[in-house]
Amino acid sequence: MSTKPQTAEGEAIAFYDLDPHEHPAHASTTLGFWLYLMSDCLIFATLFAIYGVLGGNFAAGPSPADLFNLPLVAVSTTALLLSSITYGFAMLEMEQDKQGTTQLWLAITGLLGAVFLGLTLYEFYHMIHEGAVPQRSAFLSSFFVLVGTHALHVTFGIIWLLTLMIQIGQRGLVPANQVRVQCLSMFWHFLDVIWIGVFTVVYLMGMLR
Amino acid sequence: MSTNDHVTPAQAAHAHPNPGVTGDGHSHGTRKSYLTGFVLSVILTAIPFWLVMGNVIEDSMITTLVIMAFGVAQILVHMIYFLHMNTRSEGGWTMMAAIFTIIVVVIALSGSLWVMYHLNTNMMPGHTMDPATLM
Repeated sequence: MSTKPQTAEGEAIAFYDLDPHEHPAHASTTLGFWLYLMSDCLIFATLFAIYGVLGGNFAAGPSPADLFNLPLVAVSTTALLLSSITYGFAMLEMEQDKQGTTQLWLAITGLLGAVFLGLTLYEFYHMIHEGAVPQRSAFLSSFFVLVGTHALHVTFGIIWLLTLMIQIGQRGLVPANQVRVQCLSMFWHFLDVIWIGVFTVVYLMGMLR
Repeated sequence: MSTNDHVTPAQAAHAHPNPGVTGDGHSHGTRKSYLTGFVLSVILTAIPFWLVMGNVIEDSMITTLVIMAFGVAQILVHMIYFLHMNTRSEGGWTMMAAIFTIIVVVIALSGSLWVMYHLNTNMMPGHTMDPATLM
């Protein structure tokens, strides 16, 4: 008597495949990268939770309303949002196999990312100059860790983008490079998603405290 | 067990109609979908900034809830139009991973805020841990 599960036709269902078979190159790369992004998401969830708990502990120090410059945040948000759409255009050009315009849109994306990073660094410099250093209060510690981690991600995104542009310049839009462009696309849009959380929770809700 | 005559589920999962980059089941969107996502994002970003910078609503609690709703809506827009999430890509595994992550994120966020709600009260000097005051 067989205990194996049967299909309607009476064939045994194969739950795993013992026979060797070809995997197309890079077939699982995007899924693996997606799983990395999800784990990265958990890092940010932890940092958001810390900010949510400690964000109101000013220790008689400066509060968000004293420190944040919303027009500046609006400009950096615009830069990051524009960089998402320009990266999208790069993806579309890549599908058309147009290397020149892909590189152009990637370069514009990188510039917008650099604008965003510059504004964040300017804000950090300005805050530290005013004595709002991470050691000042629990609010500032959690603020610098959360926004700093995001800025660090953008920094590495820009480094990756530049590396990728050099690789495309040398080898063209070969399948390996196309997978890299795709992974960076997910990474870049993911950073924009995190930034939505940051400007909503940290900046906008901070001004309402 | 499995012969070459029939395709096992494991093999079927690997059978890509177009091996290579586009064979992973991801849809990459069109110019139109990117622009739709962008326009929606601009609207969903501009309104919360306007609400806060212009002091449009008197009650800050209502403003907070409204801008959080706009934030969630914009995250959904980004996931659909920019990250091209759907239930089919990678045989549904990207969606499964995303749902799992969202559940963990919600537990971590709501749990932390709930548990730590009385943090400041309990950290007051000379505070006695009277169970009645913790309710």
